[in-house]
Amino acid sequence: MRLAYTEDQELFRDTVRDFLADRCTTADVRAAWAADTAISARWVELAKVGVTGIVIPEEHDGLGMGDEELAAVLVEAGRAALPEPLLESAVAAGLLAEFAPDAGWLAEIAAGRAAASVLLPGQRLAVEAAAADVLVIGLADGDLHVATPADCVLTARRSVDRSRKLFTVDFTPTARTLVASDTRRALARAADRGALGAAAQLLGLTRRMLDITVEYAKQRVQRGVPIGSHQSVQHHLANVLIKLEFARPVVLRAAYSLARDLPSAGRDVSMAKIYAGEAADLAARNCLQVHGAIGYTEEHDLQLFMKRAWALGTAWGDAGVHRDRIAADLLGDAPAPPTPAF
Amino acid sequence: MDLEFTEQEQEFRREARAWLTANVPAEPLPSMDTREGFLAHRAWERKLFDARWAVVSWPREYGGREAGLTEWLIFEEEYYRAGAPGRVSQNGIFLFAPTLFEFGTREQQDRYLPAMAAGEEIWVQGWSEPEAGSDLANVRSRAERDEERGGWRLSGQKIWSSRGTYGHRLFGLFRTDPGAQRHRGLTYFMVDLAAEGVTVRPIPQLDGEPGFAEVFLDDVFVPDADVLGGVDEGWKIMIATTGSERGLNLRSPGRFVAPANRLIELYRRDPRPAERDAVVRAWMDADAYRLFTFGTVTKLQAGGAIGADSSINKVFWSEMDVELHATALRLLGEAGELDDGDGGWLDGFLFALGGPIYAGTNEIQRNTIAERILGLPRAK
Ligand SMILES: Cc1cc2nc3c(=O)[nH]c(=O)nc-3n(C[C@H](O)[C@H](O)[C@H](O)COP(=O)(O)OP(=O)(O)OC[C@H]3O[C@@H](n4cnc5c(N)ncnc54)[C@H](O)[C@@H]3O)c2cc1C
Repeated sequence: MRLAYTEDQELFRDTVRDFLADRCTTADVRAAWAADTAISARWVELAKVGVTGIVIPEEHDGLGMGDEELAAVLVEAGRAALPEPLLESAVAAGLLAEFAPDAGWLAEIAAGRAAASVLLPGQRLAVEAAAADVLVIGLADGDLHVATPADCVLTARRSVDRSRKLFTVDFTPTARTLVASDTRRALARAADRGALGAAAQLLGLTRRMLDITVEYAKQRVQRGVPIGSHQSVQHHLANVLIKLEFARPVVLRAAYSLARDLPSAGRDVSMAKIYAGEAADLAARNCLQVHGAIGYTEEHDLQLFMKRAWALGTAWGDAGVHRDRIAADLLGDAPAPPTPAF
Repeated sequence: MDLEFTEQEQEFRREARAWLTANVPAEPLPSMDTREGFLAHRAWERKLFDARWAVVSWPREYGGREAGLTEWLIFEEEYYRAGAPGRVSQNGIFLFAPTLFEFGTREQQDRYLPAMAAGEEIWVQGWSEPEAGSDLANVRSRAERDEERGGWRLSGQKIWSSRGTYGHRLFGLFRTDPGAQRHRGLTYFMVDLAAEGVTVRPIPQLDGEPGFAEVFLDDVFVPDADVLGGVDEGWKIMIATTGSERGLNLRSPGRFVAPANRLIELYRRDPRPAERDAVVRAWMDADAYRLFTFGTVTKLQAGGAIGADSSINKVFWSEMDVELHATALRLLGEAGELDDGDGGWLDGFLFALGGPIYAGTNEIQRNTIAERILGLPRAK
């Protein structure tokens, strides 16, 4: 029994962390807010670190890794509030690898020459649907389509997190775009990968919000003492750490289960999304409170992480969706839905 | 990552389960805080000991199986899954024994461990005093040197000693250097509660049974052989004992997974949709605690230490336990107030309510988390 990443996995994760500390600063995140797309020159650099090809098979120039490594890297993406659609592209790539490996996209994504996005049954919003080179669209009837933005009517929507370029997608399926039918199981698994990835990012976001706020609480002086010496402030932050520390192993286990397609994987992923989401929610609230008015501005960086946390809290199944799934499984209220409906 | 148990561990689980299935009393024992229940629980400890299940992680020579951490967790899971009795010897075997193994002399270990493991001698904690609660360094009970007899004379008052009413021996801190400040000048003693000069006053706990005792000491002689570690060095040894209390030892995940599963059954028998989320939450928290513990075990097996992280652990299990039992009582509806109701949920609730108070209150734990882990400035 060993609930921890391997040394190799940690090494890879640390490489990504260092890269992002350098190449994804809060100024970079703000730049993504202002741009039409968050996919920037950094995408190619991410590819060089291996990050765009984590779940892409080696024969298509990817790393041939799985959900454990993806989750490890996405924690770092969360910590940096990386604006690129790393998760969406990975979910899409996983489906491409299974159903359209020879369509030519995989090597392009692995090399950073292309980015993919995804729309699964129940989802109405797709991230970066306009700037992505390829859209993988799963329909409720189990048909899987591989399309380009030109095949869709896209309507831009504004996320609370302006670095998330969202679109509603009006897509008319054609025989040309259809690559497989009866893919419901794979689509459900893809949805779980998405929820796991969101959970992983939420962990990183929580850690970052906490770090920013601990620093602030040490430095901000009122009535002659640092605000962080007040117990009410200390307990706000201690509570965030407790939530975070208990969410971490839950996310780790979900990655483990999903990577091995264990029967409990769906439930484990739902639990991960709930725990990480709650940690991030509490972090956002308590960290804002500890900052006071400065935290209530767009100028302060806290908002970049707070808003990403809110967005990811609802994306890939909100807490209610995932609680329903676990309740159905544990309490037998209703048969477990095959795929979380978003 | 590897969340499988080895074949050997699974065999260990099967063996534990088989023995527990055959031996756990069908009817719950009376409360261990009654005289009758105390005896019954000690008899149960003896039975566990005779089958080498009392102290699985201890060395063989003291009746253990030298089980590793993972096996210990497995045993605990099986123990509570089987609905086996609470451990009347827990403060000895889980809290004091690790300290005795670390700081005691071989002679002290030989003298005390066997009777402790067999449930013959029940140990009680003597930290708190009327003026020393959260502020444990304010201990006033003192020990004066008795050169002639080769020992110390203890005087003062301990309070809130769990199982002190019927227990046999106490471990605790006494001030050996009256000139020293606060946590200096304290020594860790082992005291025979039957010794001359000891008066024990039972205090009924919330459930009405005398689970607490106040222990008055009036010139009680304790030989040098019953000093644990160095004179005036009791504080750091006490930290080791209380670290065990907050960390892994006292509250293994099995203790919460079992009632969480019973809660699921309770809900399934009589669903109250308004409580659905709370039931799911209780189950998930127990599961999360299990995973968190796996993480801790992984860290320990790689040579790491728990340290201040035990504070995170303690806040989580204690608050989870209260929520779990409060949820059960709500599920019971009108029957929730019954002290003679089924399932022991009210008892469990009353028991759980102590969790956020003992082993260092949760407010103190949060201070520790903020200062020692997050590095925030000390509160004024
Ligand atoms: C069920 C149970 C079993 C126990 N068993 C034992 C035992 O076997 N042996 C033993 O020695 N003791 C035992 N205790 C006693 C326990 O250790 C003390 O209750 C605990 O240390 C708190 O001390 P106190 O009760 O004096 O509360 P106080 O220290 O007076 O605290 C009262 C309240 O003030 C808060 N408070 C105090 N100081 C601070 C601070 N610095 N910052 C923020 N808040 C603060 C506390 O959190 C608490 O909410 C037991 C207690 C219970 C409930």
